[in-house]
Amino acid sequence: MSIIHLTNEAFDKAVSNGISMVDFWASWCGPCKMLAPVMEDLAGKYEGKALVGKVNVDDELDLARRFGVMSIPTVVFLKDGKEFDRKVGVMPPQAYTAVLDGNL
Amino acid sequence: MYDIAVIGGGPAGLSAAVQARARGKSVLVVSGDRRDNALYKTPQIDNYLGFWGITGQELLDRFHAHAAEAGAEEKEGRVLNIMPMGDTFYLSIGSDMEQARAVVLATGVVRANKYPGEEAFLGRGVSYCATCDGMLYRGKEVAVIGKAADAPQEANYLQELGCKVTYVSDKAPEHLRTDIPFVKAPRPEILGEQAVTGLRAGSVTIPCEGVFILRSSMAPADLLPGLALEEGYIRVDRNMATSVPGVFAAGDCAGLPLQVSKAVGEGLVAGLRAAEYVDQITNQKG
Repeated sequence: MSIIHLTNEAFDKAVSNGISMVDFWASWCGPCKMLAPVMEDLAGKYEGKALVGKVNVDDELDLARRFGVMSIPTVVFLKDGKEFDRKVGVMPPQAYTAVLDGNL
Repeated sequence: MYDIAVIGGGPAGLSAAVQARARGKSVLVVSGDRRDNALYKTPQIDNYLGFWGITGQELLDRFHAHAAEAGAEEKEGRVLNIMPMGDTFYLSIGSDMEQARAVVLATGVVRANKYPGEEAFLGRGVSYCATCDGMLYRGKEVAVIGKAADAPQEANYLQELGCKVTYVSDKAPEHLRTDIPFVKAPRPEILGEQAVTGLRAGSVTIPCEGVFILRSSMAPADLLPGLALEEGYIRVDRNMATSVPGVFAAGDCAGLPLQVSKAVGEGLVAGLRAAEYVDQITNQKG
């Protein structure tokens, strides 16, 4: 399964159940482009176990503001819709899988 | 995808680029504003063999011309991160991303003397990339700490996006928009609790939600987490190999003495070894 692009309208419903990992990004951000293939890969690996989504901060500034995203990429982890962790900046894949595995 | 990405357009980086091109490798040289290069700022060089009395600027121009003649591509920009993924390195350069099989670090000496609050508030108001994060601060007060020659342009960009910019630097900037206030301060301090709330610059405190720190380049250990250092310089062996396989380093970032001849020589070794490394991984695949 490929990564899910989340909009402001769809966001709350999409992350309401279980573990979600959401990548806040934009097309003008080099580090975000670097993270994109990592997220794609994890979306496949965690299919059925966790939701892996992306939020384009250019289109969804309200969501970015709601989560207080001040630097991109920012990856927010949620459990039943509530944030429990976040990673700011590009990190190696293990940084993200460690959080997912520790909470699944 | 390039065979080799060289970070830094000084003597070491350009020498590495020329050598790697001589081995038939595709090369991308990423460097910041030429005016930030240590050699550019040197009025006269008297110990580069055969070229006594030459200005640093002229020597640097010749190095660039040589690399271009050899077929190395050059790109102006600031490398923000390097991430190894399998046999490929991903590099983010401002709003772009490039890939290479091997990397030569030739960033020069970057004084990684961080400002108070810089590390604590990284990602919580502190940013190194105006193009990446500027949009998130539209309509808000931000401070730019300008340490690179192109920092005023970045400050202008933020102001044009709709940020309310204050420019802080230890020397008066050139080409800064007249509607951006300038505060002269050598060593500002970032203030905040949960996130950035202000910047103390000398005797004034600037209220702001964002602080953009624009240096000529990132410190090597911040560029590539896990890179081993020794007394503040990148640890290398006789092959200019670092602790990260596929990553080589040359020139001032690899240690003393900070001299052009030494940088050029180390660049040569790094360029050759990087080319050999690329051959090795391609042969393994083939």
